[in-house]
Amino acid sequence: MDTNDRLTIAGREFKSRLWVGTGKYKDFIETKKAIEASGADVVTVAVRRVNITDRSKENLLDYLDPKKYVILPNTAGCYTVEDAVRYARLARAAGVSDLVKLEVLGDDKTLFPDTAGLIEAAKILIKEGFIVLPYTNDDPVVAKKLVDIGCPAVMPLAAPIGSGLGIRNPYNLKIIMEQVKVPIIVDAGVGTASDAALAMEYGADAVLMNTAIAGAQDPIAMAEAMKYAVHAGRLAYKAGRIPRKLYATASSPIEGML
Amino acid sequence: MFESIQIQVNGQPRACRAGATVGELLRELDITSERVAVELNLEILDRKEFDHRGIRDGDRLEILSFIGGGSQSMEVARNCLRVVRSGTWTRMIG
Repeated sequence: MDTNDRLTIAGREFKSRLWVGTGKYKDFIETKKAIEASGADVVTVAVRRVNITDRSKENLLDYLDPKKYVILPNTAGCYTVEDAVRYARLARAAGVSDLVKLEVLGDDKTLFPDTAGLIEAAKILIKEGFIVLPYTNDDPVVAKKLVDIGCPAVMPLAAPIGSGLGIRNPYNLKIIMEQVKVPIIVDAGVGTASDAALAMEYGADAVLMNTAIAGAQDPIAMAEAMKYAVHAGRLAYKAGRIPRKLYATASSPIEGML
Repeated sequence: MFESIQIQVNGQPRACRAGATVGELLRELDITSERVAVELNLEILDRKEFDHRGIRDGDRLEILSFIGGGSQSMEVARNCLRVVRSGTWTRMIG
């Protein structure tokens, strides 16, 4: 991998352009192996009540070396500004960093973000010194607003969370990538490796996924596939693809033919 | 016998020794991890306060930590995984 091609957000440098969630795995061993195979150095985690009745249960963070991974807490499951802000503050208090992947959900069937609530919550948290990475819709206007209020990156969805539908609106994502001058992390909805490669070919700076890996028949193999897909997509984007044409252009010269 | 007070921890009623600190309660609950957040009556405590903040009768504590998560709530996630692994999902789309 090209070590000069690093992703930088709010002054932090990231090695990998594939970020992964840690939910839905069979167990922590599988989680750890899949993350290792993915090569990701950013992993998202959720904030939940500690099980106080059964302390025998192991902790996810025992399996993830904080020196090796950037732990990115999210506000998953929050449907109001108040809840999202509360969870973000709790995540910071639990002591990883000021980073938060901010989610304010608007609908429990689609898990689409409530973008009005998202902007409101982002404003509050940015004022408190958080580095807010907002999970947003594929809406260029909202993406611009999020940047205007101080988000150092935006995370538009490809499709509903966990849907595996791939990039539903490539044109909107393209517009976001052209118009927004901060890193774009395509978040949610990726189903398989080609979806991730496509996101990167369009010009995304990174891709974040969870279900596409954890829900695969072989999560560890899929994690590896995603690593190569993101890398291939990035290289293709930087290489610059040929324009699409309706008719053929011969690859072999006519000269010298009989 | 120590004097006992009633508190709520993570939504569950619980008896606690009068005068105990948050730090003592955490140790009693066998919560040794550094990566926990404690909310006392909706106020998020700084970790440095754990051993100084006393617990009073009727206090409501929330003790939280990090768990595996990508996006969405765990309930939805679990249902989703069941669907994904059982193969119905592919059939639904395909």
